[in-house]
Amino acid sequence: MNIPFPDLTPAMPEVIMTSAAVLLLMLDLCFKNKALLALAGVITAGAVLYFLPVSMGETFGGMFISDRYSLYFKFIFMVNLILTILISIKYFQKQDEETGEHFSLLLFATSGMMIMASAKDLIVLYLGLELMALSTYVMAGLRRQNIKSNEAALKYFLLGAFSSALLLYGISLLYGMTTTTDIYAIADHINEIGSTHAFTAAMVLIISAFAFKIAAVPFHMWAPDVYEGAPSPVTAFMSVGPKAAGFAVMGRVLFVAFSEVQADWTAILIGISIATMAAGNILALVQTNIKRMLAYSSVAHAGYALIGIIAGTDEGLNAMMAYMMIYAFMNIGAFAIVILMNKGKEISDYEGLSKERPVAALLMLIFMFSLTGIPPTAGFIGKFNIFLAAVEAGYAWLVIIAVIFSAMSAYYYLRVVRNMYMREAKAPVIITRSLTLDFALLITAVMVVLIGILPSIIVR
Amino acid sequence: MTPKIFFIYFAISMTFMSVMVITRRNPVHSVLWMIGLFFHIAAVYLFLNAEFLAAVQIILYAGAIMVLFLFVIMMLNLKEEVVAPRFIGEWPIGVALGIAIITMIIYSVFTIQPGPVGEHTIEAIQKTTHAKAIGSLLYTKYIFPFEIASLVLLVAVVGAIVLAKKR
Repeated sequence: MNIPFPDLTPAMPEVIMTSAAVLLLMLDLCFKNKALLALAGVITAGAVLYFLPVSMGETFGGMFISDRYSLYFKFIFMVNLILTILISIKYFQKQDEETGEHFSLLLFATSGMMIMASAKDLIVLYLGLELMALSTYVMAGLRRQNIKSNEAALKYFLLGAFSSALLLYGISLLYGMTTTTDIYAIADHINEIGSTHAFTAAMVLIISAFAFKIAAVPFHMWAPDVYEGAPSPVTAFMSVGPKAAGFAVMGRVLFVAFSEVQADWTAILIGISIATMAAGNILALVQTNIKRMLAYSSVAHAGYALIGIIAGTDEGLNAMMAYMMIYAFMNIGAFAIVILMNKGKEISDYEGLSKERPVAALLMLIFMFSLTGIPPTAGFIGKFNIFLAAVEAGYAWLVIIAVIFSAMSAYYYLRVVRNMYMREAKAPVIITRSLTLDFALLITAVMVVLIGILPSIIVR
Repeated sequence: MTPKIFFIYFAISMTFMSVMVITRRNPVHSVLWMIGLFFHIAAVYLFLNAEFLAAVQIILYAGAIMVLFLFVIMMLNLKEEVVAPRFIGEWPIGVALGIAIITMIIYSVFTIQPGPVGEHTIEAIQKTTHAKAIGSLLYTKYIFPFEIASLVLLVAVVGAIVLAKKR
């Protein structure tokens, strides 16, 4: 029997990423100094970035597609990976729970996200999602002596398994009705025979599973506990990566497979988006723990980004993608400051930071302004593009609601700023600097300001 | 007509067994109900002329995985379920949501139209045998998902070791 060897060129970035992840597992045995593994991770990301532009096309019998859409998302994943590696080196040394597996799991999770962004087949999409999810469950529980970390891993695992079941149920319904798992063939089938209630049910199940990954209401319950319990660099990683990957598959499945029933999914997503913005912003108001606050803020940001998909146009989709990129920089930047502080769990810990550590306070100010969406930071550009696309698509009323919630968010973001600049420190503020953390802060802060002034560098 | 009666029996008894698995207080009883459930699932595979999958279901799930379950239960020495207060109090909301989802599925299930028949019909599989058909598909058309599945398993092994090893 003749088995043809598939063309690997379009999947070259994934091949590099997975081989490096496996290699890192073995290198972990040889090196005592885990920073070398981190360096290897960054080099891998660099190699992937080098191969990304040349890896266009379809392969594996049309199951894998590398196009401009997936390319942009893979770029976000690389930014996410590099920044996470930079902020995690010192963190685990400080906690004295250094594990080399952390870095290879980061690479595995990123390969899963890349496969999701490139999936043209629902089976590939599901397996990519599982690869990403399993790696993040383990990373959430890396601080094994910490009971909150254990709780985070267990909760994320149980609820994640539940959402996978929903996704599989939806996929199996679709397969039964179309006898194919190819996203484009499903679209053709629905065009041909029209939609039925069963297709809508499948769509609802699939959207539910994706909504879990992006932490949209009512599938957001896991987010605060998991974000609080997981090690801070891992929280930064999973507040950006899985969310961007969730949006990537959501965009492709809804815009391609369910393009015929756009009115149906728009109606569902509008409800989810409004509920997400409301719950995220209102619940963030009462948080005293900064990681929980950032978790609810991350829920709220998923609500804004959903508006880009609801717009249903290419502009909306582009705005959503740019938003994810901007969110990667500003959110990881904020988490880098949280990691920088020796004692930075509570929002009250940031009192008087500006007197003792003016640079750290200034950087946090930039990230908080950006998360609020105040010009001239990148966060403003992200929100502006999404709202513009939605208004052009005729959802001005939805934009008004989003702006109201966005104004509410200023309260809890600027509370951190008030604590830093207008309150006196109760105890001396101690920070642990490291070269890599400084470098990550430099990149994120420069990008947040640069995108704010010159949006053309990331908005196509 | 006869296959339909058999299918209805299996569908009802599988639902019943699933409920028994999650409502038993004694974990060993739960596991025993689950073994019954796995055998019934294997029977459903036989209905679909998937005899290889049925065999795998019995060997892997009813055999290997169940033994693992029992080992863990015996190592933990759980006789009775630990009674802890409920995490969430709002069971009426859960019941309401469950009923809503069942209504949605029942409402939509009658509109299912089976898709076009593919190349692997029952006759075609009987000609090539089921194991061979699955094997050749896994290594040709589905080689990419097959490789990703191997990575998923690798991550699961690494994760189990990372979380469980002694420091």
